[in-house]
Amino acid sequence: MEINLAINKHPISVSVDPATLLVELLREQLSFTGTHVGCDTSQCGACLVHFNGESVKSCTMLAVSADGGSVMTVEGLSVAGRANLHPMQQAFHENHGLQCGFCTPGMLMSAVDLVGRNPDPTETEVRGWLEGNLCRCTGYHNIVKSVIAGAAAMRDAK
Amino acid sequence: MKMSKVVAIGASPKRKEDLRFVTGRGNYVADIKRPGMVFGAFLRSPHAHALLGAIDATAARAMPGVVAIYTGEDLKADNVGGLPVGWGIHGKDGNPMKEPPHPPIAHGKVRHVGDAVAFVVAQSVEQARSALEAIEVQYEVLPAVVGVVEALQAGAPTVHDEIPDNLCCDWELGDAAAVEAAFTAAAHVASIELVNNRLIGNPMEPRAAIGEYDFATGQHTLWTTSQFPHVVRFLMGEFVLHIPQHKLRVVAPDVGGGFGVKQFHYAEEAVVTWAAAKLGLPVKWVCERSEGFISDAHGRDHFTEAELALDESGKFLGLRVRTLANMGGYLSTFGPNIPTNLYAPLLSGVYRMPAIHCSVNVVFTNTVPVDAYRGAGRPEATFVLERLVDVAAIEMGIDKRAIRRRNMIPTEAYPYQTPVIVEYDSGDPLGCLDRAEKLADVEGFEQRRLESARRGRYRGLGLSTYVEACGLAPSRLAGSLGARGGLYESATVRVHPTGAVTVLIGTHNHGQGHETTFAQIVSDRLGVPFEDIDIVCGDTAKVQFGMGTYGSRSLVVGGAALSKAADKVILKGRKIAAHQLEADLGDIVFHAGEFSVAGTDRKKKFTEIAGAAYVPFDYPLETLEPGLEEQSFYDPVNFTYPGGAHFAEVEIDPDTGTVTLERYTAVDDVGTIINPMIVEGQLQGGIAQGVGQALFEHGVYDESSGQLLSGSFMDYCMPRADNFPSIVVAPHSTTCTHTPMGVKGCGECGTIGSPAAVINAVVDALQPLGITHVDMPATPNRIWNIIRNSRAALAAE
Repeated sequence: MEINLAINKHPISVSVDPATLLVELLREQLSFTGTHVGCDTSQCGACLVHFNGESVKSCTMLAVSADGGSVMTVEGLSVAGRANLHPMQQAFHENHGLQCGFCTPGMLMSAVDLVGRNPDPTETEVRGWLEGNLCRCTGYHNIVKSVIAGAAAMRDAK
Repeated sequence: MKMSKVVAIGASPKRKEDLRFVTGRGNYVADIKRPGMVFGAFLRSPHAHALLGAIDATAARAMPGVVAIYTGEDLKADNVGGLPVGWGIHGKDGNPMKEPPHPPIAHGKVRHVGDAVAFVVAQSVEQARSALEAIEVQYEVLPAVVGVVEALQAGAPTVHDEIPDNLCCDWELGDAAAVEAAFTAAAHVASIELVNNRLIGNPMEPRAAIGEYDFATGQHTLWTTSQFPHVVRFLMGEFVLHIPQHKLRVVAPDVGGGFGVKQFHYAEEAVVTWAAAKLGLPVKWVCERSEGFISDAHGRDHFTEAELALDESGKFLGLRVRTLANMGGYLSTFGPNIPTNLYAPLLSGVYRMPAIHCSVNVVFTNTVPVDAYRGAGRPEATFVLERLVDVAAIEMGIDKRAIRRRNMIPTEAYPYQTPVIVEYDSGDPLGCLDRAEKLADVEGFEQRRLESARRGRYRGLGLSTYVEACGLAPSRLAGSLGARGGLYESATVRVHPTGAVTVLIGTHNHGQGHETTFAQIVSDRLGVPFEDIDIVCGDTAKVQFGMGTYGSRSLVVGGAALSKAADKVILKGRKIAAHQLEADLGDIVFHAGEFSVAGTDRKKKFTEIAGAAYVPFDYPLETLEPGLEEQSFYDPVNFTYPGGAHFAEVEIDPDTGTVTLERYTAVDDVGTIINPMIVEGQLQGGIAQGVGQALFEHGVYDESSGQLLSGSFMDYCMPRADNFPSIVVAPHSTTCTHTPMGVKGCGECGTIGSPAAVINAVVDALQPLGITHVDMPATPNRIWNIIRNSRAALAAE
């Protein structure tokens, strides 16, 4: 069926099978491969995107449910190029908040949503919020540092 | 923001690789699309052990979109070989290990849940998966055995018919008679029986592979989530598919974590490459997470009994270890090497241990094959030794730090020859412990313990020291231990006419920051701006050869090859400069990016020499060829021996059994540090994985059915952000005496030191209840039961 939605602020019309997951639409049909699939039980958070401004695991949502809505993926956080990085992307870079990079898009999208709700999160709040995002490389240490630094940068940018 | 300057060894520039990852522009195998690509899915055995009867795919073949269905018989008929083993060990009787065939798709029999039975290719993933359900397989289910103890018992089910006792190898190391004498003379013997829990590595990116064949050139290409693409090309091309090396390209692009799980040649790689050639279509397979649980090689899974002999002052006299190691249903690429050669030689730890004997029974069971997982053998050795030392300290009433200090090898005693093959070149275990003790505020622990006690909680402090052998591997030594190939590394430094540099290296970067660290080495050595250096790895069409990334070898072995190649570039540059400046080669010195005639102001910049290398008019061609590109191969003379001291501090809630990690402090000797930021990241991540083993993770099989019970992230507990405090890591480095830059490696340190530190802390917390050992993982259920049973027993006394 035909659906209309905005992806990274660009309106599109696309034909999808009713069984298609949002993550499949993004990755397979539209080639937004920054959104990753790390599990099949909605545990890992690598596929996390924003739907109408709130974080959602795109493996748990049907593409057709996004009809009429607005999806933001990691590709939409900034236009490519170091000078234009989103403050949270810059904070992950500055604080070595990523190693293999696979969980990173989900972490970034989750962190940006957190700061939208809570502009000055404590370490405990960051750790609690990220409970739905798995990382195997960093031990979360520098991710937490990055999110706190990114929150500060987002406050400054306002 | 552009950093266009020389970056020195020891600085922490931000990572070159970050930009593509934080913007979603990484290029992982699952992201790759090829023209005309079709999709594969594996039918996997639901039984742990069964005879394979007829496979009827008639209905499945007729389903929409299905392109082909292959079984093990099809591969066999096409002369596809079994998956080879890279390391052949020998038993105490001198006989080689038992090495049963490992077909990429099973025929005759399935040996674990997840063993591949058929491969479906279809126009879409959904069509391939739907067709799997229409394939009818006749299984004659056999009794299964999943535990090492049970597999060795008389009458146990036989995993491979030709190996009736399930024993792959009865292996030993050390001097049994000397150990016997030590125990006879001992004032005290401490003993322990423990399980090293089965782990499932779970890099966040699931495995994936795409095969493609070009009829016009006869070229096969495999894109794969691999830590060692050249080794895959060699093993798969030579032993499995019989494709000449020059007609097979293996590409491992961005890979989302490895931890050992991706350092083996897997069946799926061979099957997609083979099917692509059969069909003339690119064939893509992407592993689902639950499929990965039953097809990625697992780690650890030991049962061990160990005894430590001590004199009356607590000095170690001897160590005796008997381990049963689970290999699963087949031998994976390095499987038999892990619980033997990477385990027993580390049993001396950082201590003077006059006599050691270790015997290991390497055992087949009806489980997923077991192979290297971060640390690989060395965390298991550390866990045995450091638990045993704590037990001895408790039993003899000696302080746990004091007993360690009493036995540690003093830094001036290095190089130190252990009784189990390895000679440590350098180290300072006492220095590491002193520093860790301060950073962990051990002095303040008693105060914190009392404060916890006031809240009804148990608090414990655990210490573990460790040493590891890494930088795999000195080829001569590895060969004597059964390696079927040397384990050197290669690097090429290609200087472009502008002076910019491309490095081609045989290691593989999947999170370790090689694009940054290796660029720093080149920048430092050649004086080339950091931004002008690119590191290329992971493609056999670009990089000549390499052994890949595992065993903390990339910097130690690959970085050494790179350093040597840079030396060759400098020598060639000096020759060009001598010609340009009309001076003798011996008078040309290279410093800070400039070639100069010693004692004069005549000089040429590196960029000028690079340009002159490619557009010469007047070279004396007999002695000086154009071009500026050099390759080096480096074979280490010894392993490197990082080590350290880790303190873990836990609090236990007796009402729920929950163990909370309150503090973690690690002081590690990793040798020379190229990029402190990256080293700290490696240590933090490694520690988290070790804490995962100690507190959360466990690959559990049902004993009667052989089903994997922890087969998803719903059941297998991965460590999460809220499981950790901030981790304190600090270096205390001594310089490796035999690697070119003095480096030792750091990738596995955290995972090796942490399980014992955490469990020692848990046991320390529970000492008021008389507990001397807790098996991993220390889950709330296990701890709650221990507390309840111990309190009941104490009350009954």
